[in-house]
Amino acid sequence: MVTARAVAASVTDPELPMLTLADLGVLRAVDETGGRVVVSITPTYSGCPAMDTMRDDLVHALTDAGYADVEVRTVLHPAWTSDWISEHGRRALAAAGIAPPGPAPAGPVPLTLGRPRRGLTCPRCGCADTEELSRFGATACRALWRCRSCAEPFEHVKEI
Amino acid sequence: MSFDNVYEAITEEQDDSRWAFGTGFADPLSGVDATVPAGVTADECLALGDDALIMSHRLQEWVTRAPELEDEVALANIGLDLLGQARLLLTRAGQIDGSGRGEDDFAFLRDEHEFRNVRLVELDDGHFGHLVARLFVFGVWRLALLRRLLDATDPVLAAIAAKAVKELGYHREYAAGWVVRLGDGTDLSHQRMQEGLDATWPYVPELFQGPERAEFDEVVDQVLAAATLHRPDGGAVGAVGGRAGRDGVHTERMGFLLADLQSVARAHPGATW
Repeated sequence: MVTARAVAASVTDPELPMLTLADLGVLRAVDETGGRVVVSITPTYSGCPAMDTMRDDLVHALTDAGYADVEVRTVLHPAWTSDWISEHGRRALAAAGIAPPGPAPAGPVPLTLGRPRRGLTCPRCGCADTEELSRFGATACRALWRCRSCAEPFEHVKEI
Repeated sequence: MSFDNVYEAITEEQDDSRWAFGTGFADPLSGVDATVPAGVTADECLALGDDALIMSHRLQEWVTRAPELEDEVALANIGLDLLGQARLLLTRAGQIDGSGRGEDDFAFLRDEHEFRNVRLVELDDGHFGHLVARLFVFGVWRLALLRRLLDATDPVLAAIAAKAVKELGYHREYAAGWVVRLGDGTDLSHQRMQEGLDATWPYVPELFQGPERAEFDEVVDQVLAAATLHRPDGGAVGAVGGRAGRDGVHTERMGFLLADLQSVARAHPGATW
């Protein structure tokens, strides 16, 4: 039988299917005691609607793997940060055309007006001449960017 | 697998976990230690939860009405963050007050005088300048407020605040960017932005009961200077017998807002789909 940890770690994010929940860093713990499995996950954003789907997917995957008694718990503290996305996850994002996040800001973020300070590398052509189109994208965790060289738009997982 | 229509397909019983719609969502605090430390009351969670819920509702009204698609997506995302904060805070309020009420009970089954949100969040927006002014004031204030709660006595409230602070940094930056873009833009956009500030400012004094006014003033002055706008100097909108939003006394807009928010849930109590 595959370990509960391995089963839970292989479940993918419903919105970013190139990432497993372990790669995304939302899988906090998998405890297996006497046939009972308790999985702890942490939300990326307060309103992320994918949390319920993740919960269901974890229960289904573990049930299919033979674990009958599964509980999924929410852990709020410490809050998720994009720094928890694994190296493997970052490569998978880039390979799928999504620019991975840079280091998350530490401590209180002062208000900055005007253009963002850091350019991204286009995940399609590798050019550094890129611009932000919108800080908010198709899901809570993504922003929309454009490459000035190849002119293609691309998504970016935000630093948080 | 064949279905007569798409709705039948998505409501197929064995497979509905793929779809984030309808009722029956898990408790957002499921598995979080519900112990309530001595001396903690539900007041703070209720007030902050109601602020987020009502502001989120007003932002949702902008969906399909925003000037550009990117801004529509931004406003929807900000509304979603706030709705998430509201779900967590209201669920926690039901744990603290011992009533066992869930997020839906708080959102859909309370009457106007039981809502504890500040009046700023319930105002309706005449034009985009009004919305930007309100979102700016709200974001700067809420970020300052929640930062103080990172070491709250209630560890659940502290954890919710820690997450929310990160989100609010993005909200504040979005709104401040628009204040500058409109204020330092054309004559018309400048005028509209100033109108928005003028309409919003009477509701600002009500926001402050703690020490976060200094941080608020500092950020506001920085942004208004860059936007070539001036801080309105009119007085505060009156309280009623000393009571305002936090005491359950609201503006005339609140009743219409709640009718919109609650009518389906009240017409079909306990309905699931």
